[in-house]
Amino acid sequence: MKLSSVIKASVVAAFAAATPALAEDALKIGVITTLSGPAGYLGQDVRDGLQLAIDMEGGKLGGVPVELVVEDDGLKPGNGRQIAEKYMNDEGIKLLTGIIFSNVAGATVPDIVDNGAIYISPNAGPSNLAGKGCHENYFVVSWQNDALHEAAGAAAKKLGYTKAFALAPNYQAGKDAIAGFKRTFGGEILGEVYTQLGQTDYSAEMAQIRAANPEVVFQFHPGGMGIAFLRQYQQAGLLGTIPMVLSEPSTDAVVLNAVGEAAVGITATAHWNRDFDNESNKAFVAAWDEKYDRPITYYASQGYDTGLLIASALRQTGGVDDIDALREAIRKADFASVRGEFKFGKNQHPVHNWYQLDIVAGDDGKPVAVTKEVLLENYGDSYADQCEM
Amino acid sequence: MILILEQLLNGLQYGVMLFLLAAGLTLIFGIMGVINLAHGSLYMIGAFAGTWVATTTGSFWLGIPAGLIAAALVGFLVEATVIRKLYARDHLDQVLATFALILIFNQMIILIFGRQPIFTPLPEVFYGSIEIIPGLFYPPYRLLIIAVGLLVAVGLYFLINRTRVGMLVRAGSTNRDMVRALGVDVRLLYTVVFGLGALLAGLAGYMTGPILAVQVGMGEDILLATFVVVVIGGVGSIKGAFVAGIGLGVVDTMLRAFLPTILRGFMAPSDADAIGASVSSMGIFLLMAIVLLIRPKGLFAAGG
Repeated sequence: MKLSSVIKASVVAAFAAATPALAEDALKIGVITTLSGPAGYLGQDVRDGLQLAIDMEGGKLGGVPVELVVEDDGLKPGNGRQIAEKYMNDEGIKLLTGIIFSNVAGATVPDIVDNGAIYISPNAGPSNLAGKGCHENYFVVSWQNDALHEAAGAAAKKLGYTKAFALAPNYQAGKDAIAGFKRTFGGEILGEVYTQLGQTDYSAEMAQIRAANPEVVFQFHPGGMGIAFLRQYQQAGLLGTIPMVLSEPSTDAVVLNAVGEAAVGITATAHWNRDFDNESNKAFVAAWDEKYDRPITYYASQGYDTGLLIASALRQTGGVDDIDALREAIRKADFASVRGEFKFGKNQHPVHNWYQLDIVAGDDGKPVAVTKEVLLENYGDSYADQCEM
Repeated sequence: MILILEQLLNGLQYGVMLFLLAAGLTLIFGIMGVINLAHGSLYMIGAFAGTWVATTTGSFWLGIPAGLIAAALVGFLVEATVIRKLYARDHLDQVLATFALILIFNQMIILIFGRQPIFTPLPEVFYGSIEIIPGLFYPPYRLLIIAVGLLVAVGLYFLINRTRVGMLVRAGSTNRDMVRALGVDVRLLYTVVFGLGALLAGLAGYMTGPILAVQVGMGEDILLATFVVVVIGGVGSIKGAFVAGIGLGVVDTMLRAFLPTILRGFMAPSDADAIGASVSSMGIFLLMAIVLLIRPKGLFAAGG
């Protein structure tokens, strides 16, 4: 009895402390994201980027006081859907965002938009929702999944490589990655290897690469798998022998930090980088560095951009009561994206530039991504034509 | 030929890593009758503690005792507070409780180190690769792992077969109740065994840090393969864990390395890659099924 009352008291205290100055009428934005497990840092950065945009406007977006309601989907599609239903039905939330992974988005987004709510994706951009499955209430701030890897293929082609070796985990996103790379690369693929999802040892693959002796290696291994892959690539003596071209998820700031010097010399591709020279980005990077003691990732930039986009729309509508007006306002994309030029394509996915980055050793020896040049200008995605809206 | 030799070494390296984890797990399961899902968490704790000390002090070698001690301490603590209450309960309760431990440890690591994977330093000596025989270049760090794994195997052999503690361990895994009836302090024995298992898991965790990623949930990735090793080797048998660990490591590596190439010989490359990838990821489980078909209690089951 005593224990339970102590728990009850501390729970009440915790809630009281967590929600100090919330105005009763703050507009709620529903955030469904992945915070647990090895991929938890992705969701954490998206959430914190979005929160940063709100904090920088003093608790408001576009002059409207807002409050984030955040729940962890645990990378389970079923959870994502449940959380969305709770947000919409119990809390009357009409504006949702936050999903990191395409499998969660695939199960959750159709439910949200069919319910008349608006969903803005800060990360996942699966192909089925970009083409025939596009919807007027569904916006993507980040990118369409394939475009990430199409940029890498374009980079390999531009650098003059003709023979590539491609590796990715044996699951949908892995297959899409290699397909996207091949679409823009156009050269010969000497080997296409599908590794196991969650694989930790890549020595067998290293030997295969060495035996095939390609001009360039493309690999897509998100999170810890990619860190292991890069370190083992270096330890096998392949780094510096066979160049590697990577898509954006393989070289985020957290991965670079964990990999260390094993990443130096790699060619990366991205739609955003810390060193972008525009006012919006400078303000964002400065605010992040002041508030957080951890590397700034492109996930954070996408969360922040989502915040700016919502702010631009709310500034026009003043609220979410008129969904049609809100949709029109979002479609204008009248905000200063930290990546520079930004507009929505026909399927409400971004049309923006992709860049080539070089991974070089920084002053402290740790790898840093430096922006080299524009790779693909005003690039949309391969599915926009299939979208009828 | 050289490619095959290189893959054999890779398989051996993966195998000794599995052995380090499986040795502890099989003793805990065999002697104490506890299914410890949180064994992967001890592996993770060893990796985080060791890496943290190594990065702070700048010395890779100081990380080893740190990882070992941290994992063993947490092991003792877990045994005393949670596992001890589970000996008499059925396996379902044990699975539930140790699964809860996984969640708790993962969350604690997030609170202390954050969600980001951390960087693991490697001493200069281990950079690049060395030529073992003409034409065969191999990363020296992997050789170190193989050496450490084999040393531990030899050490365990002497501990189990030549010491009094080892005798009790052997007796315990053969017939637990008889050992208790003979007046041996089983509780102390259990604590020692659990601590030893945790120690080995911590060692495995720290040693793999520089090859893999030190991050939350790293233990769960390898836990499944470890349980397969325990089952194939026979519950409670260190010898079984060693043979099955190495065997599994080699089979897994060989399948991944050569199956797609072999299949390409008589089918379309895209089919060969797809089928090769699927079959090689099933490989260790197929092996387990075959072994269990022939020897239902595993290769070297203790207690007959």
